Amino acid sequence: MTAYLLKRLIIAALTLVLASMVVFAVMEILPGDPARLMLGLNASAEQVELLRDQMGLNAPLAVRYLHWAAGLLSLDFGRSYTYSVPVIDLVRERIVVSLPLALIALALSTVIAIPVGVFSASRQGRAGDTLAMGAAQLGVAVPNFWFALMLIYLFAVWLHLVPAGGFPGWSAGIWTALKSLLLPAVALALPQAAILGRVARSALIEVLNEDYIRTARAKGLPYRAVLWRHALRNAMIPVLTILGLQFAFLLAGTIIIENVFYLPGLGRLIFQAITQRDLIVVESIVMLLVAAVILINLVVDFSYAIVDPRLRAIPGKVRSGFPSGIAPKQILRAVQRFRETRNRSRGRQ
Amino acid sequence: MKLWKTILAAAVLSLAAATSAFAARTDLTLGIVLEPPHLDPTAGAAAAIGEITYANVFEGLTRIDDSGQVQPGLAESWAVSDDGKVFTFKLHSGVKFHDGSAFSADDVKFSLDRARAKDSLNPQKPLFAHITDVTAVDPATVKVTLDGPQGNFLYDMGQVAAVIVGKGSADGNKDKPIGTGPFKLDHWAKGSEITLVKNPDYWGTPAALDKATFRIVPDAAAAVPALLSGDIQAFANMPAQDALSQVQSDPRFSVVIGSTEGETILSINNKKPPFDKLAVRQALASAIDRSAIIDAASNGLGKPIGSHFSPGDAGYVDLTGVYPHDIAKAKQYLKEAGLENGFSATIKLPPVPYARDGGQVIQSQLKEIGVNLQIIPVEWAEWLSQVFTNKDYDLTIVSHVEPNDIDIYSRPGYYFQYDNPKFNDVIKELGATVDKDKRLELLGAAQKILAHDVPAVYLFELPKIGVWDAKLQGMWTNWPIEADDLTKVKWTD
Repeated sequence: MTAYLLKRLIIAALTLVLASMVVFAVMEILPGDPARLMLGLNASAEQVELLRDQMGLNAPLAVRYLHWAAGLLSLDFGRSYTYSVPVIDLVRERIVVSLPLALIALALSTVIAIPVGVFSASRQGRAGDTLAMGAAQLGVAVPNFWFALMLIYLFAVWLHLVPAGGFPGWSAGIWTALKSLLLPAVALALPQAAILGRVARSALIEVLNEDYIRTARAKGLPYRAVLWRHALRNAMIPVLTILGLQFAFLLAGTIIIENVFYLPGLGRLIFQAITQRDLIVVESIVMLLVAAVILINLVVDFSYAIVDPRLRAIPGKVRSGFPSGIAPKQILRAVQRFRETRNRSRGRQ
Repeated sequence: MKLWKTILAAAVLSLAAATSAFAARTDLTLGIVLEPPHLDPTAGAAAAIGEITYANVFEGLTRIDDSGQVQPGLAESWAVSDDGKVFTFKLHSGVKFHDGSAFSADDVKFSLDRARAKDSLNPQKPLFAHITDVTAVDPATVKVTLDGPQGNFLYDMGQVAAVIVGKGSADGNKDKPIGTGPFKLDHWAKGSEITLVKNPDYWGTPAALDKATFRIVPDAAAAVPALLSGDIQAFANMPAQDALSQVQSDPRFSVVIGSTEGETILSINNKKPPFDKLAVRQALASAIDRSAIIDAASNGLGKPIGSHFSPGDAGYVDLTGVYPHDIAKAKQYLKEAGLENGFSATIKLPPVPYARDGGQVIQSQLKEIGVNLQIIPVEWAEWLSQVFTNKDYDLTIVSHVEPNDIDIYSRPGYYFQYDNPKFNDVIKELGATVDKDKRLELLGAAQKILAHDVPAVYLFELPKIGVWDAKLQGMWTNWPIEADDLTKVKWTD
């Protein structure tokens, strides 16, 4: 277990270094000059050059990369070109919006998706299942900005229950702040819940067809106990994988929802920083997110072990060779592990 | 007796509550689309900086009013020497900066010297290029010497980038703007909103509003529900043109269409063949149908222009008829240029609706004369580096929002790559002319040269679409400069 942990940590560190090079290179290739953007059309070329000097943009590429990377190591993320404040301050201001929003949305989507998945799987092919999966299909298909606007018109314009957008800050009171995060969280959660519900359903159906479920039923356990205790637990692996991916997405991939509700979140900060060529902000935040995704993947991996004791027993064999932090691969891996688990349980029969 | 006292007290209290309920509102939340990168108008070109701070937080020696006229600002009066070179400004007394320090002639000298210094990062540095000396005669008098008479000098001193900053606070203005205006910064929740509060020590007429919040609403689709729900009571310039009908029919809102200084033009790279030929540019001008472009790119609200000049400004000459929409004539021009079979070119479009929508219409209109345009969408950062700085483009659409900027066609190295000695002479003479009538005559001449020579195809003047609560008064109708001057804004009730 320790050797495995060490290996994972080394892989994670290498991924971070590689990611930092890619992120830096991509931002450098992007055309556009932050100094010209700041000074506009009437400034002379000399003024732009002067500002570039002040921003430290005229130093050689390698020097700037090393300077930035060394800063990251000591948790110094640099200063924003446009705002001229430390990047870490900007992140701190935004994370108090994005993190609670992501957590609420994640909780909401789980609370909706798991019962729906269980409900559908246990009534496979029947009217309730068709209805639930039809709704899930709709949830996946409807663009979330449209859904968000409908929510705004209903709850803010018509019923006046919540504000139409904006974030008053936590200093305005916890309830006031939470109220402004409610609609965006719902708008974010529903499409995620639809995806998660479908994953939960199909995973559960596969598990329910397993022989050991029949065995459990044969030894006299009631259906509900089998469903919730034996089947659901085994079906959680793909669900957890998707959940981990969704959290990473919710943390920064919410630019559209943050725009519609004009929330000062991380997604909007990145978007704004890209358009203003605030390179250092983009680079540093992307690195933070890469680190977060790697961390989430580690957490997801450990939670596999919690839901499935067999993974705890033979960790070396199952967890081999896959680099972490690469999202699409993770789905494949979850599916693969899911199959491995299934095959093993068959072999034991 | 005790009971009576209680009742009396209750009555007084409820009366007080009732009167305060009937008193007019004194807070206002405005929506803006783009967040300013910082709040120092002397250090950044972003229009949002001036929109929030001009006249509210910072003031200049002069100020520009709603109709584009020059009014006294921090200078209560001025005198001009006979040769037009020396301006002596008499300053208001008792003026204080928001940090409590007193405003004096030294601050004016400091601000102007800073803006024109060698290492100045003022985005409008050319405004100060003709100043040769600034002297603080006494605390209430400043003498500014120019290298020659400057017809527009008083106007220029009223522009956003010419505001007066404090000697001791100038370096911190990006984050904590310290001005002399009727409002001061209360707090800036980055990404969310900027709140101004009334400055109790203001030297002039105090503002009617106690608090004004500029909330950033980046998504056009969110603007309408924000207004309908009452969260936001005013958009000085509404981003959602398509959704305008939703508020136009609602009696709770005023929709006020005004003018801006934004000449929206099809810029041409005048040095790049075949656009270096006049006949080709004339063909473009004749092939284009302005009204169709205005319908698509500004919901029919923009005013057509035939030269680089705002229809709202003094001296405007209507030149929209110089090259009327005429396909046959356009083809004839192409033939004249030896390109009767047409040609292909690219058009780079920045990420603003007027450019992206207008570009598609122009593409289809030019197709009729055999000119095939390939549309290349670009971000602003790309536009600035590729089109503006490197001049790597054929055609582009952009709105030039700076006021009185017809001189850009005479600037060496400007991205139009247009060089017409005749035009340059007119602009040079205009710069040195103080006499009003002579100035208007020269402005007319400059407009006519551009209209006939087509260094760019002139499309329309960008409209300002003001939408606000019908009970709100004093918002600017027009944007002679991009500013949300709140000094006269109040609620009626």
